[in-house]
Amino acid sequence: MNIIVCIKRVPMTQEADLEIDELEKDVKKDALPFVINDWDNYAIEEAVLLREKTGGTVTAVTIGTEEDEEILRRALAMGADKAIRIDPGDLGLDGFVTSRILAEVIKGGDYDLVLTGLQADDYNCGMVGMMLAEHLGIAHAAGVTGIEPEGREATIRVELEGGMDGVLKIRFPALMSVQTGINEPRYVSIMGIRKASKKELKVIKTGDLNLTEDDLAQRTTVEMVFLPPETEGAEIIEGDSSMVAEKIIRILAENGVSV
Amino acid sequence: MADIFVVVEHRKGEVRDITFEMLFKASELCKESSHNLTAILLGGRDSAFLDDIAPWADRVITLEDERLENYNPDLYKEILHRLIQKHHPFLTFIGHTSFGMGFAPALSVKSGYPIATDCIDILIDNGRPMVTRQIYNGKVFSKDSFRESEGYIITLRQAVCTPEKTEERRGEVFKSELPPDLPEPRQEFMEFVEAGAGEVDISQADLLVSIGRGIGEEENVATVKELADLLGGVISCSRPVVDKNWLPSYHQVGTSGKSVKPKVYLALGISGAFQHVAGIAGAGTVIAVNKDKKAPIFRVSDYGIVDDLFKVVEALKVKLSG
Repeated sequence: MNIIVCIKRVPMTQEADLEIDELEKDVKKDALPFVINDWDNYAIEEAVLLREKTGGTVTAVTIGTEEDEEILRRALAMGADKAIRIDPGDLGLDGFVTSRILAEVIKGGDYDLVLTGLQADDYNCGMVGMMLAEHLGIAHAAGVTGIEPEGREATIRVELEGGMDGVLKIRFPALMSVQTGINEPRYVSIMGIRKASKKELKVIKTGDLNLTEDDLAQRTTVEMVFLPPETEGAEIIEGDSSMVAEKIIRILAENGVSV
Repeated sequence: MADIFVVVEHRKGEVRDITFEMLFKASELCKESSHNLTAILLGGRDSAFLDDIAPWADRVITLEDERLENYNPDLYKEILHRLIQKHHPFLTFIGHTSFGMGFAPALSVKSGYPIATDCIDILIDNGRPMVTRQIYNGKVFSKDSFRESEGYIITLRQAVCTPEKTEERRGEVFKSELPPDLPEPRQEFMEFVEAGAGEVDISQADLLVSIGRGIGEEENVATVKELADLLGGVISCSRPVVDKNWLPSYHQVGTSGKSVKPKVYLALGISGAFQHVAGIAGAGTVIAVNKDKKAPIFRVSDYGIVDDLFKVVEALKVKLSG
């Protein structure tokens, strides 16, 4: 089975003190470390696991700058066979434009399955995968937590709300966006990344693709971003750990939890 | 006067809450803009949903077929695309749920109507919608506009509005047959599978001691488990802990896990993604401990402690065993 896995490098924002940039269109990213999008890490692992089972190739694709090649090399170290970086130049990218560019690179290629993460950790849209499937004209499923291929189709599990999964049969070629927890992504060593640097990494410029002005026109635009008001929310308990612990025990008692 | 479409979401014979949340949001927009509220109900034969839906909408367009009883993204997308071509709705609401995430962006490409996903608010500004979203896992808010179009698609986050029926709408029902030339769907629904029941039922606990990504290492789970035992509570967790197999999935709180209603919810190292927070709406008092003072969990907590969770856990253990 030939698999294409679309991945993205994102800033780590979980414990960062985020500040808004001067244009109020995004956060300041200069000081933030960047990593592979968590969902995409699972997607790469799933692609490699499927390839180990069925043969074929895994190609990792990202849209980004030279710095973003870091995650492609990581994917190669995890077992991907080839990598493609699509250089967007100074194009503005929304979910539509991103999916349109990916489609132009992927279409016509020899693939059975395209994997993406369910969403990216930065803008949390969760739309590139399903849009890409529609551009390619192939079957699609979102939030996949299990893939069992059988010839020209697969039995898959899709995560629904409330601790429920749906089981579906889907025909190849297909696009699936992967939910976290579908597998246990393997560890990548620095040695492994160094070794993988011998594998093929191709760079394509969006300018060389057969895309019209309309294909590259954003459908949505971020007008402004802002931090939620600080005054909202919790009463902050201050003091040393011992005082904090006492206060917590008091709150438990006040709310009918006997300790 | 254009339509605002609301795509009804149902599962196992029940209309899901997100449907009424969308109908409520759409009715508010209809009041401001004098649009027509049209619910789109795609379901199996003789589904009993019509009576639930009709009072919320000006009209209901319903298509009934066995193939629509369970969710099928190909059929939903194709039928909605044809309804959009016929009625040119100004807005189409779809839930930002597993169901909606599986076909709404594809419908946007097919119909040419731009989409914004996971919206928490929508307003109409100069005849065009403007949406509010949360980015970076709820730490930042974003206002997004659309390229000009005849119609727009919006997926609404679950549980951001509380439906309140302020007026009765006389939902006129239009039954319509499935188009005969629908393409063969490329996928087939097989069955629902419940995530396994476990030794504990977190939805029944009075006190939940809940851990998230901040727990860091698997060994630390036992440390917090000890605290939960000392307090007479039950240990629960957010998604990353289950993804790493550090706790079985029946401990998971949130949209993909369980909704809980403890008297006290002690959240340790949980950042507060909406998928998690939606599961604790029924909790009495929420106490959060997190190193990140801007973690979204503090916005939904009654009490917050900005500190290393292990310091707080150790101090509690000392008090309780001392």
